[in-house]
Amino acid sequence: MLKSKTFVKKTRSGGVLKIVREHYLRDDIWCGCEICSECKDESPVLQRDACIESSLCTFPHYLIPDTNVVLHQIDILEDPLIRNVIILQTVLQEVRHRSAPVYKRIKDAIHDKEKHFYTFTNEHHRETFVEREQGESANDRNDRAIRVAAKWYSEHLSKSARGAETKVVLLTNDRANKEKAEQSGVIAYRCEEYIKSLIGNPELVDRLALTSDDQNEISGSKLLFPEHLPLSRIQVGIKSGAYLQGSFRANTDNYLEATVFIHGEGDKTTEVLIQGLQNLNRAVHQDVVAVELFPKERWVTPSSVVLQDDTPKDEDTEEEEAEKKLESPVLDITMLKPTGRVVGIIKRNWRPFCGMLNQSQIKEATRHLFTPADRRIPRIRIETRQASALVGQRIIGHFVRNLGGAGDKETETEVLLLEHDVPHQPFSQAVLSFLPKMPWSITEEDLKVRADLRHLCVCSVDPPGCTDIDDALHCRELDNGNLEVGVHIADVSHFIRPGTALDQEAANRGTTVYLCGKRIDMVPELLSSNLCSLRSNVERLAFSCIWEMNHNAEIINAHFTKSVINSKASLTYAEAQMRIDDSNMNDDVTKSLRGLNKLARILKARRIEKGALTLSSPEVRFHIDSETHDPIDLQTKELKDTNSMVEEFMLLANISVAQKIYDEFSECALLRKHPAPPPSNYDILIKASKSKGLVIRTDSAKSLADSLNVATVENFSYFNTLLRILATRCMMQAVYFCSGMDSDFHHYGLASPIYTHFTSPIRRYSDIIVHRLLAVAVHADSTYPELMDKHKLSALCNNLNYRHKMAQYAQRASVAFHTQLFFKNRGNLNEEGFILFVRKNAIIILIPKFGLEGTVFFENKDKPGPRLSFDSEGPTLTVEDQHTFHIFDKVKVTISLDASNIQHQKIRMALLEPVIPGVSVQLPEPEPEAKKPKLDR
Amino acid sequence: MAGLELLSDQGYRLDGRKAPELRKVQARMGVFAQADGSAYIEQGNTKALAVVYGPHEIRGSRSKSLHDRAVINCQYSMATFSTAERKRRPHGDRKSSEMSLHLKQTFEAAVLTQLYPRSQIDIYVKILQSDGGNYSACVNAATLALVDAGIPMRDYVCACTAGFVEDTPLADLCHAEESGGGTTLSLALLPRSENIALVQMDARLHQDHLPALMEAAIEACKGLSKVLDSVVRQHLQEVSVQTQD
Repeated sequence: MLKSKTFVKKTRSGGVLKIVREHYLRDDIWCGCEICSECKDESPVLQRDACIESSLCTFPHYLIPDTNVVLHQIDILEDPLIRNVIILQTVLQEVRHRSAPVYKRIKDAIHDKEKHFYTFTNEHHRETFVEREQGESANDRNDRAIRVAAKWYSEHLSKSARGAETKVVLLTNDRANKEKAEQSGVIAYRCEEYIKSLIGNPELVDRLALTSDDQNEISGSKLLFPEHLPLSRIQVGIKSGAYLQGSFRANTDNYLEATVFIHGEGDKTTEVLIQGLQNLNRAVHQDVVAVELFPKERWVTPSSVVLQDDTPKDEDTEEEEAEKKLESPVLDITMLKPTGRVVGIIKRNWRPFCGMLNQSQIKEATRHLFTPADRRIPRIRIETRQASALVGQRIIGHFVRNLGGAGDKETETEVLLLEHDVPHQPFSQAVLSFLPKMPWSITEEDLKVRADLRHLCVCSVDPPGCTDIDDALHCRELDNGNLEVGVHIADVSHFIRPGTALDQEAANRGTTVYLCGKRIDMVPELLSSNLCSLRSNVERLAFSCIWEMNHNAEIINAHFTKSVINSKASLTYAEAQMRIDDSNMNDDVTKSLRGLNKLARILKARRIEKGALTLSSPEVRFHIDSETHDPIDLQTKELKDTNSMVEEFMLLANISVAQKIYDEFSECALLRKHPAPPPSNYDILIKASKSKGLVIRTDSAKSLADSLNVATVENFSYFNTLLRILATRCMMQAVYFCSGMDSDFHHYGLASPIYTHFTSPIRRYSDIIVHRLLAVAVHADSTYPELMDKHKLSALCNNLNYRHKMAQYAQRASVAFHTQLFFKNRGNLNEEGFILFVRKNAIIILIPKFGLEGTVFFENKDKPGPRLSFDSEGPTLTVEDQHTFHIFDKVKVTISLDASNIQHQKIRMALLEPVIPGVSVQLPEPEPEAKKPKLDR
Repeated sequence: MAGLELLSDQGYRLDGRKAPELRKVQARMGVFAQADGSAYIEQGNTKALAVVYGPHEIRGSRSKSLHDRAVINCQYSMATFSTAERKRRPHGDRKSSEMSLHLKQTFEAAVLTQLYPRSQIDIYVKILQSDGGNYSACVNAATLALVDAGIPMRDYVCACTAGFVEDTPLADLCHAEESGGGTTLSLALLPRSENIALVQMDARLHQDHLPALMEAAIEACKGLSKVLDSVVRQHLQEVSVQTQD
């Protein structure tokens, strides 16, 4: 055994580092041929009569492909016809370096015993090792190594007695390489040449990948994206108007499309559409980017194709196809949107992302693709050595932390909290230090400055299981015949003093987040469930809003005061309803409830008269198993009379307080507005109702409410609800704002000229600020500088709006996840649903029973889709010229959980009715009993 | 870039060795005349120099002396030029101190210290070039140096590393293999009695794999002992030829 050394230099991460490695050369590496008499190989791979009938090579021969042939013609090499191939180690290493998928395929071929592929470790063979010469490129050296190995083989085989007629054939597409090989006496052919010469296998020629001779020198780095411009040029461009600056929003449904919101003067924002990977130019969701507008003739319409990047592969061929799909024919000039491309990134908005790892096909690879849980974030390449341990686990960021197994309930909850940026860590010691010391009781001083309302018959009405009770009500008849109505709100601002760590934490959290089976508190539990919670039969501090009303629910006077109350009963909605309905009960609490209920009806009627909207969204509640915490059943939320009773008085309190604080502090009142949606938002609603022959007027909230009320279709009771669901989708988001920074206060949905949030200080920070403002207004508390600073207040509003939006998303995601869990335990279900939207290649279906929305795709990646024709006017979609889907159509679908992609497990729906051959699915056979989950019993 | 393939399908390692094969070992004894014993060893690209002084009287504080046996004092250091990036501190860092301690423990098990009560034996080892298996190179070099110094030992102490890649134990890892992830086990063996003087493993390994890994390391140590033995015999021959003249 001969040993020898060679020195290899290598650079790493910028610095030049000399790396010395030993390289042993051996003379016990066998050629692997059956005919060879010299080598002592025990189980030779290459067959004796290696016959592929070829008109060029009439003799038995072995093939030696070079790197480029393997890379490009792997389809051919995989054909069962091609056997007895020698893969050189040099080639294998180069392939491994260049393309992981091809490497995987060639390895599979080598492992296939039928193929008789032999790997010759030429780099460690004493006679075939080639040292790089001065001035020789690595590629040239490898080519030479391949030639030397081929030459060695031909000489080696000719030495053996029976091998004289067996030869080796070098396959190369490189002209220079071929010439040199021929000079040294090796038979060399171009791949094309050789394949064409094969007798009786003309179909292989079709599989030849076309590569011109000149392309075989693979350029090391293909320029994938246009370069980002430097910041200085972007700034010049923005000044001159050549570029526009805006925030980048990726499209959730289509990873090749994004919108950039350009913030213009004032409130004006324009949207610029970006399509295609090249134009997106590596921008990531929420980056601030500079875009260049295309000339008008290149403007396009947003595609209504739903495109999901579900099958991650290393190859980018798929993406090219997908891009082609995007180029939809322009139907309507008016539909064109301003289109542009990203030229530079002004500010990255990267944060830790949650997601999971796709393992690379090469086992030892340290770089892997990471698929974030948020669809709008592209896949990220990360470097880790622990890949095998991390596969199937949820991780965060450039591998900051392992969150746990995917699909695990705890982990998924953690993921969705992180993804929606919900602060959910336990409260810090600093925060907890500001909590009152237990046992806590109301002191004499408290009583001195507060109105003592302990004698009043106050009660609270809440959903079952509610521990953070922040409102209570009372109603009594006054001596003058009028009614006194009081709304008592937990006095959280008494405990959370401005400027403390507790206050800052609450301001940051902004809101309590309710997930299925979990609550992320805004304030520590001691406050939220105990000291602030207006529980029955304990003395609590409150902020009371007391009106004197006549029996027509007209307010005669209102006053606000800090108070001490003692709630007589905490009821659920159902209990309260029962008391009201039960004529045998005549205690104070019940009388008070009846009075409230009566007034609430009048108030509601008056509000609707003014044009308040009654909208609808399918809401579901899960019944959670008490031990496993798995959802076992779900039901849609029911609304009782008492719900709206409480709601009515809360609205009244909010409006009264809004008016009061705005009167006192016109510059720095924290209010809430709901802007009227732009008319274009209603397009879908109008189109949809037109298809049913109805007219929806949208010129004002009042007319919208009225036309929604009369919009009914016979024999289709759910239609009105569907329409209201659609109308909800048209609405804008309600937002907090500071009165000094805005002029439009109108609340569209409630049809109120002014509105704020006052009634839930335990779970909303905005209410705490409103409490403080009101306390100052009624001289119950002192003011502090930040409260009167409209800029600071405005910044706070922005945070609150953001937190509220995120909390809402997190809530929805939590419901979606629990829905999945629910269906996981159920297997396939067949349900009726209604078409909510019609898209170009899919229909979106709402299943009222579960409040579940899902998409039925008509196109499949693997097989050609059915003929589809989409009419954007209807909008309707005709499938196979047989059935036309309209919005609101009733369909029957089968629901199952698709767990093929662990990262995005989703509910899959497939069409059962109407039956369209080739599109709809058959009713699945009933599952065998054994498979049924135990829960079904 | 994909990571390195430590073991190819054909069973060859990065540098062309098969799984149980050692790197090339070259050694010389008596490289310095001043010291009582000295040796130089190359295991592949790992090169180590060992020097032995003693046994002599305790230097420094007398309190360290032991009444029934000799104190073994080891010092391990790495030349600043021994690694690809220049080292700042040649000795005294935590790794070196730990290594010194390990060497001390190894040789206290092998040297017949009770023959020299109240005295001290100094072993200084220096890594001149580092390419994996620093500990084992040091042990092997120190063994030769102790032999050169004529200090009685129970047996040669032979050390070797072994690692575990794709269910195959690899013997005598080079630097790329050590840093390529996976477990490294260092083992110092008294080959004739098969007593283990020291074994160290600082990564996780499934218990089922441990016997195979230990077996590989022991085999490698035995192979090394043959090489060391031939070096000693060769050296003795040379010396006896010289002294005869």
